[in-house]
Amino acid sequence: MLAFIVRRIFQAFAVMLAVALIAFVMFRYLGDPVDSLSLEDATAQDRIELRQRLGLDDPFVVQFGRFVYNATQGDFGTSYRNRRPVKALLAERLPATLELVLVAATLALVVGVPLGVYTALNPRGAFSQFLQMASLIGISLPTFVTGILLILVFSVYLNWLPSFGRGDTVDLGWWTTGFLTISGIKALILPSIMLGLFQMTLLMRLVRSEMMEVLRTDYIKFARARGLTDRAVHFGHALKNTMIPVITIFGLQLGGLIAFAIITETVFQWPGMGFLFIQAVNFIDVPVMAAYLVLVSLIFVVINTSVDLLYAFIDPRLRVDRGAANGHSS
Amino acid sequence: MTIATLVDHWRRFTDSDLLYSFTRSKVTITAAVVLVLLFLSAGLAPWIAPHDPFDIATLDLMDSELPPVWEEDGDPRFLLGTDTQARDVLSSILHGLRISLLVGFASVILATVVGVFFGLLSGFVGGMVDAAIMRVADVLLSFPAILVALLINGVLRGMLPTEYHQDVAIFVLIMAIGLTHWVQYARTVRSSTLVEKGKEYVQAAQIIGLAPLAIMLRHVLPNVMGPVLVISTINLGMAVLTEATLSFLGVGMPPTEPSLGTLIRIGNEYLFSGIWWVVIFPSVTLALLVLAVNLLGDWLRDALNPKLR
Repeated sequence: MLAFIVRRIFQAFAVMLAVALIAFVMFRYLGDPVDSLSLEDATAQDRIELRQRLGLDDPFVVQFGRFVYNATQGDFGTSYRNRRPVKALLAERLPATLELVLVAATLALVVGVPLGVYTALNPRGAFSQFLQMASLIGISLPTFVTGILLILVFSVYLNWLPSFGRGDTVDLGWWTTGFLTISGIKALILPSIMLGLFQMTLLMRLVRSEMMEVLRTDYIKFARARGLTDRAVHFGHALKNTMIPVITIFGLQLGGLIAFAIITETVFQWPGMGFLFIQAVNFIDVPVMAAYLVLVSLIFVVINTSVDLLYAFIDPRLRVDRGAANGHSS
Repeated sequence: MTIATLVDHWRRFTDSDLLYSFTRSKVTITAAVVLVLLFLSAGLAPWIAPHDPFDIATLDLMDSELPPVWEEDGDPRFLLGTDTQARDVLSSILHGLRISLLVGFASVILATVVGVFFGLLSGFVGGMVDAAIMRVADVLLSFPAILVALLINGVLRGMLPTEYHQDVAIFVLIMAIGLTHWVQYARTVRSSTLVEKGKEYVQAAQIIGLAPLAIMLRHVLPNVMGPVLVISTINLGMAVLTEATLSFLGVGMPPTEPSLGTLIRIGNEYLFSGIWWVVIFPSVTLALLVLAVNLLGDWLRDALNPKLR
């Protein structure tokens, strides 16, 4: 057990190091930092000074070490596009993305799981069949099309909800929140529905298939034979055992939500990290791209490692297909 | 190949379980029909499109922003309306569909070639090579596909000077999507290869003295291709979706060579002026395409699954 934990944590560090290396190579060699950072009318002397200041002539290992050291402090240099420190940019946008992801994840859980349980318990009902068809469409429809449709219906035609921006936000020290204003909450509704819809559908299908499998097991049959009520059997026993793989996949999906947030933020002009990243890719603003890569990888590695370790404690037999959870075809 | 063998193959096909399960499911037949129609329209787009949306000389700004033909101001020349630059929506969709499908197929082929190669290599050679490849695969799999595709796209574009971006966009896109999705192929082919490696015909070939590469390609490869077909079908849907997403985000096909995703992005900007047809029709086409591919993929997977027979 201890060997497994050590190995897993070591693996996490290895992945982070590999990601840092890729980010550093991007950071240093993609485009020319001196060109991108110096002003239009910089003289040759200015450029040489900038080169020395950035330490661009030092050996590779030294530069890499410096990059990693700075990264651990959160310092990723200056954005080519905004001329501001990347750290400040990220700090501004992080609360926006995190709030969106939080609401979307809660929505997906609160709606997806009960619907999944319902379709598992009444597989032939009319509503269940309808939900099955709807979930198939939900998985096939591109996420941004759903977002556009939502905007069309609720913003353009009905004019109930805003279609871009965060509304008014309240500053709580370092964090800005949209929860405390009406316009902030209204602005949160459509984007979180769009972001959460895919996960909701996935969760629903997952809960359904897991629960149907659990309901076929022997101990459930025995519980029924003992005379336990349906309610006790379904919720007291079956549901609990269904939730373990479900929670795992959901945990792995959380990382995916942060990635899908890129699309949502683009559709709704939501000022979050994803939108920042897209603008950076369009502009080839390498420091921001590298910083986003490292930050998101950190989140992923932490989540994945925690889930794996948790799993090792709970049930060593169960293995999760991480590929399917992350949107790779399988 | 004699006539007799051809007839024999045909008879085996018409008698097969696969065809039977296909004809039984109405949903699958509908999906296949829709897909064939979409493929044909895309393939014949340069000939059947009523207008050429890229020839600026034929565009007349007086024709811009016309609604579809069944609406009040509709013009029968432009069945699905025009956009703000007087481009015919129907023709744009046909050409866009063509590009979307082109990128989709090309990236699936790339992913298949790369994935099968690494899977064979990994399974057959084993040892450090296997461990290295699988480690890379694990890392790639722990990130969402869209993020990996975005990153590869960004890096490739960063390596090219800006003037060439629009011309090579399609190749960059194909590489980005192909290099994201190879992992699933590699894993499946690797496990199949490991199974085949223990079988006697491989050992016999090794004893005879055939080079490992020859054994891999001529003997093992044909036997591990089965699941690859199923993965490819599902992968096509994902590749088209990924391409549409990347184009929608602005890092895919440029407006000079628009795919369905680019069309949706362009149309999105006019949503608030009430010009809904520029964005809705490409979206519906894309959704139909992905839905049909997914349904077919589901059927194929169930039909070829030995456990369900």
